[in-house]
Amino acid sequence: MANRLHRLGRSEAANGLVLVSPPAIFAVLLLAAPLGLLFLYSFLTDGYLTILWEFTFQNYRDAWSDPLVRTVMLRSLGVSMMVTAITVLLAFPVAYFVSFHVRPDRKSLWLFLITIPFWTSYLIRVFLWKVILGYNGVLNSGLLGLGLIDEPLTFILYNVNAVVITLAHAYAPFAILPIFVALEKIDRSLLEAGRDLGESDLMTFWRVTLPLSMSGVVAAVLIVFIPTIGDYVTPQLVGGPEGRMVANIIHLQYLRLDNYPAGSAIAVSAMVMVTAISLLFLFLNRRFLRGRK
Amino acid sequence: MKRPIIELENVQKYYGDYHALRGITTTIGEGEFFSLLGPSGCGKTTLLRTIAGFEDPSSGVLKIDGKDMDGVPANVRPTNMVFQSYAIFPHLTVEENVGFGLRRDPRSAADKARAVQEHLEMVGLKGYGKRAAHALSGGQRQRVALARALILKPKVLLLDEPLSALDKKMREQMQVELIRLQRQVGITFILVTHDQEEALVMSDRIAVMFEGQIAQLDDPETLYRLPKSRQVADFIGTMNFLPAQVLSETPDGFEVEVAGLGRAALTARQAPGRPTGDVAVGFRPETLTILYEGQQAADRESPGIVEEVVYYGDMTYYDVKLDGVAAPVRLSMRNVFGRPVLDRGTRTRVAWAPGALVLFR
Repeated sequence: MANRLHRLGRSEAANGLVLVSPPAIFAVLLLAAPLGLLFLYSFLTDGYLTILWEFTFQNYRDAWSDPLVRTVMLRSLGVSMMVTAITVLLAFPVAYFVSFHVRPDRKSLWLFLITIPFWTSYLIRVFLWKVILGYNGVLNSGLLGLGLIDEPLTFILYNVNAVVITLAHAYAPFAILPIFVALEKIDRSLLEAGRDLGESDLMTFWRVTLPLSMSGVVAAVLIVFIPTIGDYVTPQLVGGPEGRMVANIIHLQYLRLDNYPAGSAIAVSAMVMVTAISLLFLFLNRRFLRGRK
Repeated sequence: MKRPIIELENVQKYYGDYHALRGITTTIGEGEFFSLLGPSGCGKTTLLRTIAGFEDPSSGVLKIDGKDMDGVPANVRPTNMVFQSYAIFPHLTVEENVGFGLRRDPRSAADKARAVQEHLEMVGLKGYGKRAAHALSGGQRQRVALARALILKPKVLLLDEPLSALDKKMREQMQVELIRLQRQVGITFILVTHDQEEALVMSDRIAVMFEGQIAQLDDPETLYRLPKSRQVADFIGTMNFLPAQVLSETPDGFEVEVAGLGRAALTARQAPGRPTGDVAVGFRPETLTILYEGQQAADRESPGIVEEVVYYGDMTYYDVKLDGVAAPVRLSMRNVFGRPVLDRGTRTRVAWAPGALVLFR
């Protein structure tokens, strides 16, 4: 027995377990445990400032029948889909340019430049957008000064548009990098083969480059879509009353109304929705994600 | 000479200061199996890519089937290429790969599908159509690349070191198959290779290239027997060189004194190269024969001593130091039944014939 334990202690598997256990414990404590607690809360009953240990589905029934929750949920979905579409569509040309038209020895410099927005805090970047988009902001005074508009535009701040603009800017590097990696992996002789077989540059892009870069596009979509749907700071600061998203409602339930079960039920519902949409998206793109050598 | 399909006239290519092609002028005939042979960096791939349209010549004229190709992009040239990496589209099936170039073909979908099947059968991949291309072996990818190019009925098929990634057995098998395929479809094949054996086996004509120039263009046998320079002779197979002196020169031939062999009369044909001042006589290992006890040379013989023995199973290579020569010469003997393999240090006589010598002067 002792001998066996000794051998186990020296085995590669044991070494591996020892190596991964600190991050594993960290992840369990800070990720799995709170998630489990959230899940548990969502089935308990609110007792005004306390939580009653009475199992119920009422929180979900309330959440799904409340028109406000439904509106905000759909708005969150719409905003994050729009952000995702805009971000990925704008990120692709940037990634393509860096991968195909930048000299190899300059590529890392370009990637470095792309990450510059991360050098300032997210909060500061959001406030900068307020300065740009505000009633007396850079954009409005610029347009007024040029005489292009007679009075300041108001549809660009404290609504959904502002949220979309701010989030799309914030997540751009997250979309550029996976697409860039996918484009880098494409064997350039495949593009020559496309032309050699009679296709123009544009058709070669459509039939070879784009399908081969889809793994990166899919990754970019998920990386942008999943966090933006639950974003809290941006809608809080630039969204105004009509730009509120699901995280703001959860915040309201938890910290203002102190109704943990209701907040948890909305949070779990949002998670389920994101998971379902992400899995559906992966399923629809499965042919681009097959393993290849 | 058959009808010319490719005509090159003083084609030059610069990459910045680097002079990759230094005036290539040649004609390649219809239905010819033509090889570009040379060490890496000699410009052979650049020349092939210029013909394909992936590189523009800096100057000079390239005509394919009589038409000037200046400004004609790769996708409309009547050439197709088998890439060194095969460039099989990993996101498509075998069938989709082979049919890739048929998108604008006016034939019906059923006719196109039939053509795809015919070409898969032609390259020995019948029944593989539905497989994912990324799941194929190297040899199978090679075949897909061939079918994908040939289905478009090009006037010229360009092959960029197509066999270099295969193992020896597979390579030899594919060599034979490529020859068969070329006879079957009857179009011009241009093969780029650094493997002299491959070029000798497959080609009707071979252009040996060094430093952006064609050093010699001949059929395989002439290239092997009568190389025009020591550089070409060294690159194609093994050649022994012995110091020599030209005693007299007439329009019909030469009288030479060769170290270790003695005097010999050579015909003018045996000095194919231009004079460079560096005189030597060369001969292939198989043109020398070891004489055993009691054997007589049919023509000439010289004494020597066996310095090294390399046994290959079917052949034995001997390094023999001829009397009066410092460096040994290599000769090869087939190990026919009953012929003993000599030991190192054995004194021996070798038979040779003046007709097998090549004079470099």
